[in-house]
Amino acid sequence: MSNIIYLDNAATTRISSTVREVMEPYLDNLYGNASSLYSLGRESARAIHKARMDIAEALNCDPCEIYFTSGGSESNNWAVKSAAALAAKSGKKHIISSEFEHHAVLHVLQALEKQGFEVTYLPVYENGIVRVSDLEKAFRPDTGFCTLMHVNNEIGTIQPVSDIGALCKAHGILFHSDAVQALGSVKFDISVLNADLLSLSGHKIHAPKGIGALCVNNKIRLPPYIVGGAQESGLRAGTENVAGIVGFAKAVQEAVSGTEAKNSKLLPLKEKLCKEIMKLEKVHLNGDPEQRVVTNLNFSFEGIEGESLLLMLDMAGICCSSGSACTSGSLDPSHVLLALGLPHEIAHGSLRISMSQYTTEAEIDKLLEVLPGIINKLRIMSPLWERIKNQCSIQKK
Amino acid sequence: MLYSEKVMEHFANPHNVGEIENADGIGEVGNEKCGDIMKMYLKINAGIIEDVKFKTFGCGAAIATSSIATDMIKGKSVEEALKLSNKAVVEALEGLPPAKIHCSVLAEQAVKTAIADYYTKQGIDPLPIVGEIPEHCHGDCGND
Repeated sequence: MSNIIYLDNAATTRISSTVREVMEPYLDNLYGNASSLYSLGRESARAIHKARMDIAEALNCDPCEIYFTSGGSESNNWAVKSAAALAAKSGKKHIISSEFEHHAVLHVLQALEKQGFEVTYLPVYENGIVRVSDLEKAFRPDTGFCTLMHVNNEIGTIQPVSDIGALCKAHGILFHSDAVQALGSVKFDISVLNADLLSLSGHKIHAPKGIGALCVNNKIRLPPYIVGGAQESGLRAGTENVAGIVGFAKAVQEAVSGTEAKNSKLLPLKEKLCKEIMKLEKVHLNGDPEQRVVTNLNFSFEGIEGESLLLMLDMAGICCSSGSACTSGSLDPSHVLLALGLPHEIAHGSLRISMSQYTTEAEIDKLLEVLPGIINKLRIMSPLWERIKNQCSIQKK
Repeated sequence: MLYSEKVMEHFANPHNVGEIENADGIGEVGNEKCGDIMKMYLKINAGIIEDVKFKTFGCGAAIATSSIATDMIKGKSVEEALKLSNKAVVEALEGLPPAKIHCSVLAEQAVKTAIADYYTKQGIDPLPIVGEIPEHCHGDCGND
């Protein structure tokens, strides 16, 4: 698998060698339970404490505001369910969110709607960015909290979370942000994000899968999420994933300190990809061309279907993803692309390219070398493409 | 999702791709909203399918089922081709993931629709011979 060109870093990332190195002792002889009294246990407790301190320093928050979880989905579930419970206590059953949240938020909201909550889903428009003015209009006397992602996982658009958080603060309501895709790709400082609750994930930033965090503002008392132990201040029971926590801390430090260098390295690659791919016929860039993370590009190719495209890229040794129905596991294409107002058939033909610090220009060149041929091959056998071409020639006449 | 080697073989190098000029029967099923369209062209001589071509917009399974279904009816009589079932297509491909079974249904429908078109062009009512062909793209799609 050594020749694989991995351009699906929004799905997951490789573990960095430095992360692996700091984890190793805890996968080897330092296996103590952090709750145990003897030195082997204390060593694990110390490692967790240090990890919490390191993360707090990197993100500019208080160490006691960090709760380790199994990752982004758990953090989102915990945050949204808890925020709803807190809001309901004061009789507030209205929630504000957006149309294109991750399913780990969206599905929780849908469950809450069945329990009597009302949710306003802010539109994200053609460019995939919510408008602060829409949020302003959405506030009601019974609004309990707002949950909006920082960076969209499919199209990479950056949301104005800082302004949204400030507005929520002014209205005295809780604000949660799913920042899983933002960490390591945008400048990250919790103190300016104005988020009371923030979801983070390890495996998107070169830590292993199964570790993440929920950052909780000191002023908020969350109800316990998993009971049965004193871990994480009694809010999230379960023997800690020590190696994961240690690796996650290292990855957070590297992600925060390396954001600028990564972005300046990848900017020319992003521009090259964009320029060359946009030269192809009937192709669209999904999401705002400027207000997006450097690592993500999402295109739609008319007349072809995403899964076929991914399979052909895979045969050329390139890993990407698509929002087509066939790859989403449902019969509808991605809710994110539909939220942009794309017709189904254009959403079916989408391709997400997501880079990491390890992406090289040679890899991008290889993608650019094979992609036009693949698009052409699929279009030649597509009756939809034939129709699109015929419509074009009718219009020209 | 795991495709069989046979599916990948037909997807990577699909047989019978293209169009037939002045085809004796053309059948198109599916729609772009659902993400798959299959179009089949038949050349029929003395009741025998002499040539068949297809064009498909869709996933790997849609392309593979089109390829193998066209292989399976080529050189056969129209009556035999009408007996092609989606089950036979799945078997010939050494299985399909459950979510992709609808592609084999689509392939069966494409063949039947093309044959119905052939009968219509001959001035013969296809309904008693071919039977009803459901108009929706596939039974489990909520987009109709």
